[in-house]
This record gives sequence, structure tokens and C-alpha cells, in this order.
Amino acid sequence: MRSRPGVVLSFVFLFVLALAAIWPHLFSATDPNAADIQSTLSPPSGQHWFGTDQNGRDIYARVVTGVRLSLLIGVTASALALIAGSAIGVLAAQGGRVLNTVVNRLLDIFLSIPGLLLVLLVIAVLGPGVRNSIIGLALVTTPGYARVVRGEVIRIRGAAYLEAAKALGWSRPQIVLRHLVPNALGPVLVLATIGIGAAISIGSSLSFLGLGPQAPTAEWGAMLSSSRDYFTVAWWPAIFPGLAITATVLAITVAGQFLQLRVEGRSQA
Amino acid sequence: MRRVASAVLVLWGAVTVTFLALHLIPGSIVDAIIGQSRVTPEIRAQIIQDYSLDKPLWQQYLGYLGRLLHGDLGHSYNQGVAVSTALEQQAGSTFALLLGGVAFALVGSVVVAVATANRPRWIRGPAATAEVVSVAVPSFWLGILLLTVFSFRLHWFPAIGANGFNGLVLPSIALGLAPAAMLSQVLRQGLERVLEEPFIITARARGLRSAAVLLRHALRHAVLPVVTLTGWLVGAFVSGAVVIESVFSRQGLGHLTVGAISQRDFPLVAAIVLISALVYVVVNLAVDALYPLLDPRLRKAPEVVR
Repeated sequence: MRSRPGVVLSFVFLFVLALAAIWPHLFSATDPNAADIQSTLSPPSGQHWFGTDQNGRDIYARVVTGVRLSLLIGVTASALALIAGSAIGVLAAQGGRVLNTVVNRLLDIFLSIPGLLLVLLVIAVLGPGVRNSIIGLALVTTPGYARVVRGEVIRIRGAAYLEAAKALGWSRPQIVLRHLVPNALGPVLVLATIGIGAAISIGSSLSFLGLGPQAPTAEWGAMLSSSRDYFTVAWWPAIFPGLAITATVLAITVAGQFLQLRVEGRSQA
Repeated sequence: MRRVASAVLVLWGAVTVTFLALHLIPGSIVDAIIGQSRVTPEIRAQIIQDYSLDKPLWQQYLGYLGRLLHGDLGHSYNQGVAVSTALEQQAGSTFALLLGGVAFALVGSVVVAVATANRPRWIRGPAATAEVVSVAVPSFWLGILLLTVFSFRLHWFPAIGANGFNGLVLPSIALGLAPAAMLSQVLRQGLERVLEEPFIITARARGLRSAAVLLRHALRHAVLPVVTLTGWLVGAFVSGAVVIESVFSRQGLGHLTVGAISQRDFPLVAAIVLISALVYVVVNLAVDALYPLLDPRLRKAPEVVR
């Protein structure tokens, strides 16, 4: 636990992000889409903390508003992948040798296509937009969860503490709740936590490429994309949304690694 | 041989995925193939014949497989050329970018790992923090930052769309930084583990200097865990190249892909997905083949490592 301050800071930041996602008005009362032709591309000031963009919209308000969409994309994609991956993983582990091999090969195939390209293939089929980005991101990350769940189920199946619990006369629901779920879920939830960060990152690249949420939605990647037309004259539209993505992904990664240490510590004990 | 067989299986699967994707597109398949371009009824008839769209699904599938086996990737109706021609025109630029990114990542990670392994905390700590941050920074934002500072403020490098070596520096850094950070984390862990091994103490006892021990003996062992990251790295570089080409307005396959998606040019998208699966498979096979060269212990019994 060398990095305690970093871990605490990350959890605090994630808490703040969650608040901003639920009640953006706590952090900014300004309308993120209110254009002000009088003050386009004005630098950061007391009135506009992060400055304004090419339409005179307040960048701070847009960054705050963007929290909800980024977290929504990250959390939904990870949750979908977690559910689908767990189902596939359990099926592979419990379904006998043939099914196990078939599922493994299928996972190999999906893992052979680079993540972003698989998402792009999904978008080529379904068209751009938030919902299709989430579907694509979930599809890309599902094989990872399936692998881990399959491994966990196989590992736990033979564990001595299950035998011990049975011998002690524990009921089946007790065993499942007290042993199976915590032990199998831990590593998967850690993966899901870190996966949220990855999904937010890839999701923002998609909107940067113009394939995610469409204008005028306040989304970090899309804001960075439009900032490119002005960054010879204004640096602030290109800085703050990027900082927001980096800080979010960083906080999620640090928190995830902390949880990973906790989970690994328990399964070794 | 088993590895080649499973590589072929993966490729066949990727082909099947693109075939299914084409059939999952809502609306008529002919429309999906021609995308946003307008074609004459004769060409429509030609497409139906080429893709055997009037035949049962399994015949369409066999025809698709057969054409790919002959190297026929189809025709891009938006570009008005064969897909293979469109790819060939753009491949060089992307290849240069990938090469630059990989070179930056390899050199950077080895230098950082060697310089910081087994060092006091005030050296390791900041390096480790920098690595975690570097992995979290989205590559397209890094590209924008590099452009802002080094092209527009300092004028050290050409800004947008430049080719040649100078135009390659910033994109390569933007592409390679996250993989470099990931690699140097793994390399440093590997180095620190190896440096505790008895043969390192022997080497030191023979009077080799620390640097020589690190470079000649330890590094070779530390590289081994990197091999398990190959798949992740290929994905990171190929995905990264798509975004980086867009940031720097470079020509290339990524640029082509993004354009193909917004113009709904499916044959082109499918071909690029297949090419990247091919790259993934070939790189993995190559790494598998190189592995015994790195680790002599594996030369006699290659079947043990699986």
C-alpha cells in the first residue's frame, strides 16, 4: 500500500464524479449548450473557469455535463460485458470438454480483432451513436470476462473450503453466498472496474472520430475533436476535456488496482 | 504445426464474423455493399451475381471464402476501386507509423526500465507514477498536446499531414507512449526479479560491471514476460493507429477506415478488420517462433510451454 494518498484521492475523485453524474447542477448552474456570440473562445477567467469554446459555450459546464455520458458509456458497457462474459464463462466451465473448446476458440477469434476495429465493425453494421458504441464496447470486452470467469469457476470447483463447508453441514445457499460468490466475483469485479476506465477511453476515441454521440451533446472526446480547429488560437478547449478523461481513467485504474490487491490478498490467505 | 492450424482457425473465424456482420446490416445487402455511392442497375445485378446473393446462404458463404482465398477482397464502390488497390495505396503510411510507434515503445521502455530497476525510491516512484499516468492518457489527446506544444508553439515539427521522417516523430510518440509505459512496468518487474537470481551474482563475481550485467544477462530474461503481452500490444498499436492518423490528418488505413464507416463502405471496413486479424495472427506466430531463441531452455522441449 505504498500509494495510499493516491488511492484515497482516486476514491474521492470517483465519488465527486458520481455526484456530478447524478446532480450536475451541484457543480455548474450554467447551461452547457447556451451559446454566447459575445464571448467566443475567451480564455479561462473567474466567470468561465475553463474558458469558452468556439460558440461561446462554457467549457466547465460542458465538462461537468459530460461526466454523466462518459460514466454511462463506461458503466453500461462494462455491466453488459460482465453479464454476458459471466454467462459464457460459466457455460464453458460447466458444459463439458467440447463446449469448453468451442467457446475458447470463439473467444480467440474475437480477441484476434483489435478492440477499436471490432467496435468500428459494430458501428459499421449498426450505425454511429451512443447506444451502438455501448454495444460495440461490451462486445469487445466480453471475451476477457468470459476467460476470467471460466478460470475462476474451474479453480473454485476444486477448492478445499467448499468441501469443508459441506462437511460442516452448511446449506447450499449459505455456501453459494458466503464462498462461491465472493471468491468468483472478486477478480471479475476488479476486471470490470478497470474495464470501465478502458470503455470510457475507447468510447471517447469513438466520439473523437465522430462516431459516438452526435453534436451538440457535451462529450469529452467530441469536444476535443472540435477543439482541433481552433488550437492555433486557443489552448483551453483542447486541455480541459482531455484532463477530464485522463483523470477519470487514472482514478478508475488506481481504484481498480487497489481492489485487485485486496482481492488477491484474500484468496491467498 | 498446431499453432499454424489454430492461427488458420482464428482467421477463418474472423472471415465468418465479417460475413455475418454484412448480413446483420439492416436493409438490403446490395445497399450495404455499395454504401452511399450510386450505381447503375447493371452494377447492382453484377453485385448480386458476384456475391451469389440469389443463392442460398451457405453458397454465398462458400463463395465469400473462395474469393478471399484468391486474394479478392471485393470492390469499394465509394472509392471506385478494388478494395485491395485502396488498401495498397494507404498501407505504406500506416506501416511507417506503426514502425515508428513500435520503435519508440521498445527503445523507450527498455531505457526507462534499465535506468530505474532496483533504484532508490525517489527514482522508481516518479517513474512508476509516470507510467500509470501515461497508460491513462488517451492517445488522441496526447497527439493534440504534442501538436499544440511542438508544432504550433515551438515549430520543431511540421503540423498536419506531413510525410517523411519529421512528420513521423510526433505521431510515433503519441502512438507509442501508452504501450511503452505498459512495457516498461513489465520489464522493470522482470529485471528486478532476475537481478536476485544466483547467476547474476555469479556474473557480478566474475567482475562484470552493473550495466553489463543488466544488458547482457538480465534484460534477456526480463523480456520473456513481455511475450504474453503480444496480443494486447498488437491491438493497442492497430487501434491506436486509427485514432492517431485522424489526429495528425495522416493518410493511411486508419484514415481510410473512419472514412469508410461514415460513408458506409462495408467491403472496405470488412477488409481492414480481416487485415488486422491477419496481422495479429502473424505477429503471434512470429513471437511464438522467436520465443525459443530468447530462452534456450525451451529449445529442446517446445511442447512444454503452451
